[in-house]
Amino acid sequence: MIPAAFEYYRPKDIEGVLAILEQHGDDARVMAGGHSLIPMMKLRMADVPHLIDLQDVGGLSGIEVTGDSIRLGALVTQAQIIDSAELTRAAPILREAALQIADPQVRYMGTIGGNVANGDPGNDMPGLMQCLDASFSLIGPDGAREVAARDFYEAAYMTDREDDEVLTAVTLPLPQGGYAYEKQKRKIGDYATAAAAVQITGQGGTCTSASIAMTNLSDTPIFSEDAGEALVGTTVDDAAIKAAMAAMLGDIDPTEDNRGPVAFKKHVAGVILRRAITRAWSRA
Amino acid sequence: MKDEITRDERIDNLKGMGCSRKRVEDARFTQGKGNYVDDVKLDGMLFGDFVRSPYAHARITNIDSAAALEVPGVLAVLTAKDLEPLGLHWMPTLAGDKQMVLADGKVLFQGQEVAFVVAEDRYAAADGIEAVEVDYEELPVIVDPFESLKSDVILREDTVDENGRPTDGAHGPRNHPNHIFTWEAGDKAPTEEVLANAEIVAEESMYYHRTHPCPLETCGCVASMDKVNGKLTLWGTFQAPHAIRTIVSLISGIEEHNIRVISPDIGGGFGNKVGAYPGYVCSVVASIVTGKPVKWIEDRMDNLMTTAFARDYWMKGKISATKEGKITGLHCHVTADHGGFDACADPTKFPAGFMNICTGSYDIPTAYLAVDGVYTNKAPGGVSYRCSFRVTEAVYFIERMIEVLAIKLNMDAAELRRINFIKKEQFPYKAALGWEYDSGDYHTAWDKALKTVDYEGLRAEQAQRVEDFKAGKTRKLMGIGLSFFTEIVGAGPVKNCDILGLGMFDSCEIRIHPTGSAIARLGTISQGQGHATTFAQILASEIGLPADSITIEEGDTDTAPYGLGTYGSRSTPVAGAATAMAGRKIRAKAQMIAAYLLEVHDNDVEFDVDRFVVKGAPERFKTMKEVAFAAYNQAIPGIEPGLEAVSYYDPPNMTYPFGAYVCVMDIDVDTGVPDIRRFYALDDCGTRINPMIIEGQVHGGLTEALAVALGQEIAYDDMGNCKTGTLMDFFLPTAWEVPNYETDYTVTPSPHHPIGAKGVGESPHVGGVPCFSNAVQDAFRAFGNTHTNMPHDHWRIWKTANELGLHD
Repeated sequence: MIPAAFEYYRPKDIEGVLAILEQHGDDARVMAGGHSLIPMMKLRMADVPHLIDLQDVGGLSGIEVTGDSIRLGALVTQAQIIDSAELTRAAPILREAALQIADPQVRYMGTIGGNVANGDPGNDMPGLMQCLDASFSLIGPDGAREVAARDFYEAAYMTDREDDEVLTAVTLPLPQGGYAYEKQKRKIGDYATAAAAVQITGQGGTCTSASIAMTNLSDTPIFSEDAGEALVGTTVDDAAIKAAMAAMLGDIDPTEDNRGPVAFKKHVAGVILRRAITRAWSRA
Repeated sequence: MKDEITRDERIDNLKGMGCSRKRVEDARFTQGKGNYVDDVKLDGMLFGDFVRSPYAHARITNIDSAAALEVPGVLAVLTAKDLEPLGLHWMPTLAGDKQMVLADGKVLFQGQEVAFVVAEDRYAAADGIEAVEVDYEELPVIVDPFESLKSDVILREDTVDENGRPTDGAHGPRNHPNHIFTWEAGDKAPTEEVLANAEIVAEESMYYHRTHPCPLETCGCVASMDKVNGKLTLWGTFQAPHAIRTIVSLISGIEEHNIRVISPDIGGGFGNKVGAYPGYVCSVVASIVTGKPVKWIEDRMDNLMTTAFARDYWMKGKISATKEGKITGLHCHVTADHGGFDACADPTKFPAGFMNICTGSYDIPTAYLAVDGVYTNKAPGGVSYRCSFRVTEAVYFIERMIEVLAIKLNMDAAELRRINFIKKEQFPYKAALGWEYDSGDYHTAWDKALKTVDYEGLRAEQAQRVEDFKAGKTRKLMGIGLSFFTEIVGAGPVKNCDILGLGMFDSCEIRIHPTGSAIARLGTISQGQGHATTFAQILASEIGLPADSITIEEGDTDTAPYGLGTYGSRSTPVAGAATAMAGRKIRAKAQMIAAYLLEVHDNDVEFDVDRFVVKGAPERFKTMKEVAFAAYNQAIPGIEPGLEAVSYYDPPNMTYPFGAYVCVMDIDVDTGVPDIRRFYALDDCGTRINPMIIEGQVHGGLTEALAVALGQEIAYDDMGNCKTGTLMDFFLPTAWEVPNYETDYTVTPSPHHPIGAKGVGESPHVGGVPCFSNAVQDAFRAFGNTHTNMPHDHWRIWKTANELGLHD
């Protein structure tokens, strides 16, 4: 648990970050809260000769809620998400999910930007951001661009972000209707055995829209468009929920690990999704 | 002089036995002021760390240290070749086997120590490890003990003769090269006869999985060889510092008076810190070689993967009874997976510890136990994780067999226990497997427990829940876990308990200071149990000086009297007895001094709380404080000056704490998630010294029981890779996972212990594991479950439900 030697940088602005990235290429990594990267360095599973700490970079923090959207700076911590009354009013699912991430000590350091950018399939925020149709702001040597969360994840730890780009903010449309983030885990601090994010709207007892994403059940988060579609136009009765579960099970691809074999994970994924839909619909 | 306070107030002022005195240790522990081994920093200190094997079984064809020696800060790389001239490339284990200090031509488990890199700091050491090049030639891996006993792969070439036949081991003949010992207790033929002719026989096979004590502080040491005066000082996380001193002397050849072993504050042991590890030997050698102090500290993965696992017992049981449920016989066979070396920390004559307590709390007339130890490609160990030697395995076995028998008899498991308990009037009770239980009152404890939890009400609720489940009204089942345990602690009588020939007595030395305060030193060492608090309370009651005026010191072999250390709940039964006995020696001398001062005959004064009073004239007295001063300033005819005493206590028997536990659990059949609704723990540890510390010990022991029962394991894949080497996968419960515990007690003092105390630190673990497990199993009893193996993590509980057809 002793990392190899590395150079530590603490630039004041994004230009400084990009300059270091450009100079060192693959040998440089940016770090926000450090709660994924530092353990990997200590295990010597990540070789990072040049570590760029983003903590002093201006413009990467802050929570902005406007009439139709929310913007979270990359350095906003899970604890800040939990503590923001304004954010909780606008998007209560963020708080509900953040409270299920790790433990309070980690949440004081862990950031939204690091959580979504790292590409770890165990992280909770990527699936949630897909559910909420968020987009990620990236900046690199060729300028800034936006990528939809639903297009961002390619494989475990592989994303659309180039090595010389930095994720600076997460933007999402103001969520509507009922919500639920349901997660089964073995203990505090654990990644999900299965987790489901559901945001759902209805009118007159009929579902008008539904967005569903699953966590830690594939090598990327899974936005299951078909699962959401299965609910739209229904009264979200047992048959509709079963159809959504079946659609979701067609999209996920879990692997066996210490949490259990594939059959168990698929079964639990269905149960968790059913509970998330039921709870979200009761709030719609 | 008029006495201003009442007798009760004088008793309160002592803070003696029975008082929930606050822990004197906590002022430093809660402020980060403890002094642990990693806090030891010496001038010029170096840091050593291991190159470890990535393979579970491999031959080593070459080790190239050249590149490592080029790494800045790296001073030396030790291999078996360097240790061999000193005879230190292997070392004896506590179990009579021997163990490689550094890989001698091959490795037998993943994580085994291959080379020791010595560097100026731990960063350089870590870089050096990466630069050592080791060539491995992989060998077939055996992780299953049953397969091991059939395999023609010989794991330990050092244990076979030139024809490949097994040589005799420390515990007799071996029947296969990978077999370590067969150990038997009880009567085989009569037991088999009883079983063959019984009205009812229940059988079950169960696996008590491998786990790990996982103390918060990992193992480590600092070795400092002073070449000028020839003295070796060794600081370390040792649960038995004197034993370590003797072992170091025996294997290194350094005279014992030239070795000083110091156990500073220890952050939990739970059995993990009893044995001797390669890190200790390599640090000592490295200090001798370099002439500088050398520190070695495990990281978490080192700790989980290499030092001292616990359990790994495959237990096969048969229990017979009459149709009415009176148990007539018990048969148990254990296949014990010891890993690559037999490094169990048991009394030497007991290679399976006290597994022969497996008749439990029941009057079972005929019984037989056999244990076969087996080598596999797993880490060595086999320590007693928060229990006396293999007692957790024994109690789990019998408490599961009782449940299985109850199912076979279609009988309530609480009632089955009640009709088979050893009766109060049967004590002292000679058990079929050899032990003599000193005391007990099981029926009283059991009835109190069942009444407190409203057992009948719980069963009625459970029956309703089953109906509701079948009717589709709920997806949660309710389990009622019962366990009644008898521990065997306080090892132990020197006549049958020793470790490498060292008798398992313990000791206390007391010095009373002239102003009426005192220091007492013991052969034990606290790892968080609160010895400095409780032993002072024993002394306060025995000698009449306030506990707050008594310093307790342990862990420095240059000052403490010889003792065998702290594990197996032996501190209170053995060192606590020595403390009381030494206190009584102080009191006897003090009585003579008091009589002299009061100008009466010795027999005309008697001790009362904190003073000696003249019989029949209570206004004439001398306090212990006054006597203490007199011992140092008066020339008393026929009495030596000073007031000191030492006692070495060889216990006449073990002590036998017991308890009755009930757990109520709701289980989500669809996700496998258990929710512990209630946990009731009644403990009888004899005389209670500090109720608050007892409660804390019970909470801690139950939490480790919850861990083991519900998810904590050391698991390997088929290639011998450890799958649970970090706290991400190794379950260590936090406050979040822990339920509220209700504690209760009865008091049945030990008849042979000077103060009647029996020990408590491990009882809750021993009783808790079967209680949690029985709750899970009981939830599925109505659907045909008889037994499923621990750990009951989510997916295994789900699997039980799935196999019983409880999912769509």
